[in-house]
Amino acid sequence: MIEYISQPWPWYFSGPLITLIMFLLLWSGGYFGVSSNLRSICAIGGAGKKVAFFDFDWKKQIWNLVFILGALIGGYIATNFLSNSEPLQINQKTIADLAEINIPFQGGVMPEVLFSWESLLTLKGFIIIVVGGFLVGFGTRWAGGCTSGHAISGLSNLQLPSLIAVVGFFIGGLVMTHFIFPILFNL
Amino acid sequence: MKYIKFLLIGILFGIIMTKSEAISWYRIQEMFRFQSFHMYGIIGSTVVIGMIMIQLIKYKQIKSIEGKTIQFQPKEKGVKRYLLGGIIFGFGWALTGSCPGPMFTLIGNGFSIILVSIACAILGTYTYGYFKDKLPH
Repeated sequence: MIEYISQPWPWYFSGPLITLIMFLLLWSGGYFGVSSNLRSICAIGGAGKKVAFFDFDWKKQIWNLVFILGALIGGYIATNFLSNSEPLQINQKTIADLAEINIPFQGGVMPEVLFSWESLLTLKGFIIIVVGGFLVGFGTRWAGGCTSGHAISGLSNLQLPSLIAVVGFFIGGLVMTHFIFPILFNL
Repeated sequence: MKYIKFLLIGILFGIIMTKSEAISWYRIQEMFRFQSFHMYGIIGSTVVIGMIMIQLIKYKQIKSIEGKTIQFQPKEKGVKRYLLGGIIFGFGWALTGSCPGPMFTLIGNGFSIILVSIACAILGTYTYGYFKDKLPH
């Protein structure tokens, strides 16, 4: 059993389980939308005194903060107790494409040459970690949701605004990957 | 104590995100390069089953644990904020290889550097709030 769980999970097992997460959150009186937490954290920090957008009752969102704390703990449990040490099975074409822009693949979840404290002080590391994080936070709030709120909750509820947002997510991701990465990583 | 169930749901979510490899920067690159069905399969199957589930919740008027009928807030109408905000989010998604949920799970996976990305995402959200009235919606 544990050996079976320790293998990577296929999409047709993972996808339905994420729907189960969405159901459990709705059933518990919440909803599936992670990026709301970023707004709550601003409000907890006192941003509501300066900017009206953060002047709301964040205490009603504590359940969501507890949920992402769980997501962190779940990551720890999965990687320490439910994983084998097999390298990631990424398409060889992706590995070759990334090698062309000087990003190595060593079997790990993330390219550690980019995601490390040492890399933070390099131009590429700074853009990926700092600028990337900023754009995620800015874009998700402007669009009113992220992958969970729009792509999963919104599309499941047949919301046209969510479809427009997801089209935007992909325009941004495709332009970044195919047009900006070749310039950025050949600097 | 009412928060315990959210902690448990979160733990299950973090395990799924890790075991499905949806937290992987490389998996997101595979997706944006159309070189694997994996991420499309995950998101697609979640949504297809989710559509059926939400229809059932609405039709059967299923109640939450607290006994309230589960309600769905329709998203406000509009195009600009969704498209423009979405594109900005997409840039960040491709760069960091993660959206807000997986960022927290990655810390549990030992990538403490993502704390910096989360701090910057919070700053990005604050910046949006600050300029909200000047941006098209």
